[in-house]
Amino acid sequence: MTAAATESGTGPALGAEKLLHIYRQMTRIRFFEEQVNDLYLRAVMPGLSHLYSGEEAVAVGICEALRPDDYITSTHRGHGHCLAKGATPDRMYAELLGKEAGYCRGKGGSMHIADPASGNLGANAIVGGSVGMAAGAAFSAKMRGSGQVAVCFFGEGALGQGLLYEVLNLSKLWNLPVIYACENNMYNEYTHYSETTAGEILARPAAFGIPAEAVDGQNVRAVHAVAGRLVNDARAGNGPSFLLCNTYRYRGHHVGDVNREYYRAKQEETNWLTTRDPIKLLGDWMISEKLAQQPALDKIQAEVKSEIEAAVAFAIKSPYPAVDQVKEDVYA
Amino acid sequence: MPEVAVRELTMAEAVREALAEEMRRDPRVFIMGEDVAEAGTPFKVLSGMVEEFGKSRVIDTPISEPGFTGIAVGAAMTGMRPVVDIMFGDFLTLVMDQMVNQAAKVHYMSGGAWKVPMVMRTTLGGGRRSAAQHSQSLHAWMSHVPGLKVVLPSTPYDAKGLMKTAIRDDNPVVFFEDKMMFKVKGPVPVEDYTIPFGVADVKREGEDITIVATSSMVPVALAAATMLEEIGISAEVVDPRTTWPLDEKTLIESAKKTSRAIVVDEGYEKYGVTAEIASVIATGAFYDLDAPVKRIGAMHVPIPFSPPLEDATIPTEQVIFEAAKKMCNK
Repeated sequence: MTAAATESGTGPALGAEKLLHIYRQMTRIRFFEEQVNDLYLRAVMPGLSHLYSGEEAVAVGICEALRPDDYITSTHRGHGHCLAKGATPDRMYAELLGKEAGYCRGKGGSMHIADPASGNLGANAIVGGSVGMAAGAAFSAKMRGSGQVAVCFFGEGALGQGLLYEVLNLSKLWNLPVIYACENNMYNEYTHYSETTAGEILARPAAFGIPAEAVDGQNVRAVHAVAGRLVNDARAGNGPSFLLCNTYRYRGHHVGDVNREYYRAKQEETNWLTTRDPIKLLGDWMISEKLAQQPALDKIQAEVKSEIEAAVAFAIKSPYPAVDQVKEDVYA
Repeated sequence: MPEVAVRELTMAEAVREALAEEMRRDPRVFIMGEDVAEAGTPFKVLSGMVEEFGKSRVIDTPISEPGFTGIAVGAAMTGMRPVVDIMFGDFLTLVMDQMVNQAAKVHYMSGGAWKVPMVMRTTLGGGRRSAAQHSQSLHAWMSHVPGLKVVLPSTPYDAKGLMKTAIRDDNPVVFFEDKMMFKVKGPVPVEDYTIPFGVADVKREGEDITIVATSSMVPVALAAATMLEEIGISAEVVDPRTTWPLDEKTLIESAKKTSRAIVVDEGYEKYGVTAEIASVIATGAFYDLDAPVKRIGAMHVPIPFSPPLEDATIPTEQVIFEAAKKMCNK
């Protein structure tokens, strides 16, 4: 399934510049998340965060196929989507630390980053909670004739939520320009998805007549190629589609989920890290195809590292919101 | 009420007229819900709307309350102003996540970045022999949630003016209509007007006791006031019109003036709207009260089908009359 989808995902060849940008975006997410973990371990960050490490090719592959004014909805594991759609690390870290400079003025935190400027309708801490919102943005785009599309990111855990199927039905009935991007990282929190998911995942959207396919979520070129096709289809008025992105969550359900042996083997994690890493796969491929050389990739890594360090420093020294802001923004 | 009012509309007609005028005024406004188009809803509130505005703006949905409510939230965030129809207020249970965790919180969680200008029209009230899942008045649940506004009109005039305000508001507004009142007539001016939220209306002035009543209970309270007048008790009837925002000042001032207050609401009495308003009055008018504030709401039972049983669960003018009489030592 995955291999076939990868083969079918050969779109127009991407130029070296675009590929390097994609490499930079995935690296930015990875380094961002490593620092989030560090901020947690150092007790600098309040609360918890759900890290996207390992799944970078999905968010970047899809968002690189979108216009800036296209919409996304995101999940509790949303940092990658936000960055891929155009958020900047400094204001994201500020939000994660509850600072006024954050995207939500510190009121949302890790699970609620939203940014109208980049079309991000918001991360959402209710599993499957944003599927209606994504379809609604697509509905609105269609009503307004704006040509925008919406991408609804959700994990395979949301496959258990009834709202998803209501919205699949409605979006097909009304031919809405929405792409349902199901990120199957294989674990609903601490439970393997095979224990929670009856039948075939792709048979579910197919039952509504929604075109559905799978892609290797570690191969950013494949994700981008198929996403580009689905986005074009949606924009052309061909209605919704469903893209199952097979991927893997390197870290635990959240930063505090450290001892994971009771639900998955260390060897499984090691295998994905060493043989399926999306950043390494792209870098190696670019070198083998002579589209880039190692020093160019090293330079990107160094630049992103500096950017992330500066962003963390910015957030740490940013002020908290004044307490009298607690009553602001309840009503527009 | 302006003197120029020269015609009467039913509650249903008043709601419909508000919607139609706002849809003519603002192309972003549209209606969606179950059987809202050709059927015009089971209560015929929307009859004729699809004929004027077409199926692209009066949109029939599948029986999928959470699904189309979620779509309304997303549409509201991205430039539209949806009016969602939830046929029976009992079905609010189905849309609670979309309303409570999404619509109500998007503006705050995003630090003010996103807005959700949507209206949810739904119903309340028993008395139709519709049993436990089609008779409840669940506005207290919505009033409990920061980020939502909750409207409870009791006259055609209020319904039209408040609906127009609801549609023009940039926040999610839940608009409750009493099913038994749709055919009740009242004066409605022809010219454009709106009624602000958070402004109570004194439906009848009085001196001896304040009866705060909402929605379906306003005519019941007025009937009780007429009965009280016959035994020499002058009752003031105050309708908050919106439970959030709540016009605390008018409620307190009325209770201070009369020194006694009863709060009547068709929602369940326990943990309900009556408890909140009674607390507001008890706190705000404490030194002027001659009696504890009395609450009268629906009985704390699922609403039964059998007519004598159902009738026993809903506040009546007789119950209000007896309570007021006792409080006034008559």
